[in-house]
Amino acid sequence: MTRDETILAVKDIISTIAPDEELVGLDTAVPLRDQIELDSMDFLDIVMELRKRYSVQMPEEDYGELNTLDSCADYLMPRLEGQELKLQNA
Amino acid sequence: MPELPRIVITGVGLTSPNGDDLSSYRQNLLQGVSGVEPYQIRHVGETLAGVCHFDSNRYQKRKELRRGTRAGSIAIYCAREATKDAGLEPTHYGKERTGIYVGITEHGNVETENEVHAVSQYDFDLSFWSHHHNPRTVANNPAGEVTLNTGLHGPAYCLGGACAAGNLGLIQAAQMLQLGEVDMALGGGVSESIHTFGIFASFMSQGALAKNDDPARASRPFDRDRNGIVVSEGGCLFTLERLDDAEERGAKIYGELVGHAINSDASDFVLPLAERQNRCMRMALEKAGMQPSDIDIVNTHATSTAQGDIQECMALSQVFGDSERTHINNTKSFIGHTMGAAGALELAGNLPSFNDGVVHPTINVDNLDPDCEVRGLVLNSPKEIGQVDNILSLSFGMLGINSAVIIRRY
Repeated sequence: MTRDETILAVKDIISTIAPDEELVGLDTAVPLRDQIELDSMDFLDIVMELRKRYSVQMPEEDYGELNTLDSCADYLMPRLEGQELKLQNA
Repeated sequence: MPELPRIVITGVGLTSPNGDDLSSYRQNLLQGVSGVEPYQIRHVGETLAGVCHFDSNRYQKRKELRRGTRAGSIAIYCAREATKDAGLEPTHYGKERTGIYVGITEHGNVETENEVHAVSQYDFDLSFWSHHHNPRTVANNPAGEVTLNTGLHGPAYCLGGACAAGNLGLIQAAQMLQLGEVDMALGGGVSESIHTFGIFASFMSQGALAKNDDPARASRPFDRDRNGIVVSEGGCLFTLERLDDAEERGAKIYGELVGHAINSDASDFVLPLAERQNRCMRMALEKAGMQPSDIDIVNTHATSTAQGDIQECMALSQVFGDSERTHINNTKSFIGHTMGAAGALELAGNLPSFNDGVVHPTINVDNLDPDCEVRGLVLNSPKEIGQVDNILSLSFGMLGINSAVIIRRY
C-alpha cells in the first residue's frame, strides 16, 4: 500500500467511526483531535478497525502513533505492506 | 403523613409501532391501524414484530447513533419530544433539577448477542470484543444516553420491572417530584427487545409467540383463537411537574396522577395471579380515594396469551364487575407488547379520551373467549362514552410484578 493509500485507509476508518465529521482538507501534519471531534473511545475504534480490516495488532504503547495522519502513515506503511486497500465508505 | 404535592403530566413523547407522536398514535388507535409487521431476526428467521419508524436522526448525530443503543436512541427521542410537547427546554428548571426515570423490561441482551455474534466471526478471539460493550449494556444506559444528549445533570437511571416497568418509571418520577428531589421529571419506559433473538426464542419455547398470516391480526387479547405475544419495540416518556409549577407557567395539563400501586404475586416466575392483580388495582384506587365505579376506562395489560388474559379478566370482574361506568380496552391488540414501554405507551394512548370522550377498542376479537367476558369490554370499534374523568392503566410483568396507575382529568 502506498503512503497515499495508507492515509486513505485511515481516513476511511475515521469516516466510519465519526460519520458526522468533514474529512476533506485534513492537514496530515496536524493532530487529528485538533481538527475533528475524536475522543479516546474513537481511537480505540480505530485500533479495532485496523485489527479487523488489516489484521494490524497495535499494542497500547503505540497508540500515540495515531496522533496525525502522517504519523499513522509512518507507523502503518510497513505493517500494511502487500495488503490491498479496503474501503467501506468509498 | 404530610400531604404530598400534586403531580401532573404536561408533556408526552413517544414512539410506537403505529405512530411517532401522540396525535398520529391516537388517530391510528381510533382507526384500527396496527403497527405489527413481518420481521426477521438472526437464528429465529421470519416472525412478526412491532417496529418503530421514528426519525432517529432528529435529535442524534450519526456518531451518537453508532456508539449508543437502540434503547438509548428511543429514550432520547421520547425525552426530547416530551419536553418539546411540554413547551420546555430540557434544562428549563436547571440542569441538576430534572430527573430521568426510564422503565426497562431488560437491557443488554441486544448488545451482548451482537458482540457474541461479531466475535464468533473471528473464531471467538476476544481481542475483537468491542470496548463499547460495557457502556452499552449497563442497566442505566437508556437514561444515561438522555443525559449525554441533553446535558442534564440530575438523577437519571432505569428501573427494571419486567413488563410493568413503564408504570414504574412514571411512578418513580412522580415520587421524586413529591419528595422535592427534582423540579421536573421525565418518566416512563422504553424497549429495544425486538433486536434480541433470545426473547423471541424464549417465547417460542414457552409456546407464547404469536403467529398469523396477517400481521395486523396477530395480537388478539381476549380472542378465543389467540396464540401468543407479538414482541414490539417502543418508548414513551412523560414530562411531569408539580401542579403549582405547571399552573404558574400556564402549562397544558394532560391529567393528574392521583393513584398508583406496585405489588408482587410471590407465586411463579411467569404465571400471573388474579388475586394479587385485584389487590394492586384496589391499592391504587385506595390511594386515589376512589371506588371502582369512579373509573371510566381501564387499559388492560393482556398480552394475547390464554393464561395471562384469563387471570386478568378474573381480577377485572372481581374489581369492576359491578361498575356500569367502567369501560375496558387493550392497546397491545394494535401495537403488540412493547415490553418496558408498555405501561407508559398504553396510558398515553388513552389520555386523549379526556378530550374526545372516546374509548379506543381491543381489536381482533372475532370470537370472545368466554373466560374473558367482562362487563364493559370495548371490542373492535371505538366507543363514545362522553366525559371521561378517570383512567386506570395496568401493567404486569414476569416474576409476578403488578402495577396500576390512575390518571384524573384536570
